[in-house]
Amino acid sequence: MGSTGRMVVGAFGLVALAVGFLAVVFLTAPAAPGPDLARAKTSVKGLYSVAIAPETSEPRQGDLHSWIVTVTTRQGTPVDNASFTIGGGMPEHAHGLPTSPEATAYLGDGRYRIEGMKFSMTGWWQLKFGITAPVGADEATFNLVL
Amino acid sequence: MKGRLLTKLIAAAALAAAMAGCSDADFTDAEKRTIASMALSALAPLPADPTNRFADNPGAAALGATLFFDTGMSRDGNVACGTCHKIDRQFQDDLPRGIGVAQTNRRTMPLAGVARDPFFFWDGRRDSLWSQALVPLENPLEHAGTRTSYAHYIKRRFGERYERIFRPLPDLDGLPTSAGPFGTPAEQAAWRAMTVQQRDGVDLVFADIGKAMAAFERSLVHAPTRFDRFADALAKGTAPAGDAVLSEEEEAGLRLFIGKANCSTCHTGPRFTDNHFHNTGVPPVAGLPVDRGRIAVVDEVRADPFNCLGKFRDGGEEACGELRFMQKSSPELVRAYKTPSLRGVADRPPYMHAGQFATLEQVVDHYVRAQASVEGETEIHPLQLSDRERAALVAFLKTLSD
Repeated sequence: MGSTGRMVVGAFGLVALAVGFLAVVFLTAPAAPGPDLARAKTSVKGLYSVAIAPETSEPRQGDLHSWIVTVTTRQGTPVDNASFTIGGGMPEHAHGLPTSPEATAYLGDGRYRIEGMKFSMTGWWQLKFGITAPVGADEATFNLVL
Repeated sequence: MKGRLLTKLIAAAALAAAMAGCSDADFTDAEKRTIASMALSALAPLPADPTNRFADNPGAAALGATLFFDTGMSRDGNVACGTCHKIDRQFQDDLPRGIGVAQTNRRTMPLAGVARDPFFFWDGRRDSLWSQALVPLENPLEHAGTRTSYAHYIKRRFGERYERIFRPLPDLDGLPTSAGPFGTPAEQAAWRAMTVQQRDGVDLVFADIGKAMAAFERSLVHAPTRFDRFADALAKGTAPAGDAVLSEEEEAGLRLFIGKANCSTCHTGPRFTDNHFHNTGVPPVAGLPVDRGRIAVVDEVRADPFNCLGKFRDGGEEACGELRFMQKSSPELVRAYKTPSLRGVADRPPYMHAGQFATLEQVVDHYVRAQASVEGETEIHPLQLSDRERAALVAFLKTLSD
């Protein structure tokens, strides 16, 4: 094979390797950024700071479990006597939560136990907390990806 | 020379393609994780049932097995649980609607893995395996018996076994031979005429019958199939061998199942079910009573005296989360039915809660067309699937059988 031939083959080989490399990078790259997964945020009207955390370990699909919701004023004062409505669902499947979670205990320091949470499928879930306390009514929505 | 050049070019292109992982036969890492999550080897151990302290008692399970196959446990002496839940047919009966004393309105469900369900029946009208077992015994279309007749029968046939496992039998002398809250008007009147203490005693024996049957049913498990052998090999990174090799069509069906066809949205995990209830627009059967699915039984399960919050539960109330926090009023419960497990599905037509579809092809066709529900909103949307893709889905479902 002449040197031109070798160069052509080499060039093809390099191009093929480059294409392969790019393809690997492309195929293993993380998917497009999902929804905002922050577990602490300010409520929609700005009345409260709201933070959520699973009571024990991160939830597994299909397991009934509890969350702790912490509500403070924007200044950081714990909010006592809050009542909650809890909704949500899977935006991509147009259905709500498979259970009816309830706030079942006030644990002090603005912390409330939410029992009866369940995620029956993997994927993107939304949790919407309606919060009513002497300061006023407001709401906060959290995204979770299972 | 030209030949060698061409060979090298082809080799380079093949290398690039292999590195990019775009061969048809390969699954992406995300697909591999999903497939691994559906293997039977990913199934967690069966959790304890604290509401039934006899759940793992071998004596209770043995008595439960005896009762399960005993036609004496019926009004006419011809119907056992095993009449419809046939032991050699995945504990179902191949009929559109089960036939006990008369024809019922629902398809008999297979029982493998049933102890893992949070709610029972197609509509979830009971919240424990043991309270479920009591319903057919008193259903006039199934066993059609009455509570006192079952208590008398247990004492007569299994009194010694019962007392060894559970507790001394209550005094049944002088109680009506057949009385209960769901019998004939005369049997209902006789039940009401009994004292509260007498009724409680009979109810306790009745609940124990359910707990024995539940102990037996906890032993009914899924067997691994070709799909599991394939999934395990894939998870280990080894090449599937023997019957664990899926055909191109079966692999294409699997890819559709967890991808474009959205089956695994609900048919998820090692049992291929999310244990939840969905309206998928399955049409009603002409001539049957109006059937509204889950929404129609919300009050029933909450009022059931044998439910988790009732006095026949063993253990603490903390086991009752599913009942306490169940969905009670959502419009999504209208004509919502349980997602059935798909393990063994190809061997047990017909399909759906009243046996509406005779073949898997008809089932796939239903999901592709996604017709509107007669009441409420269907959760499914029309799909674009070619004939070849539909056949591939069916081919994959068959790998859950053998």
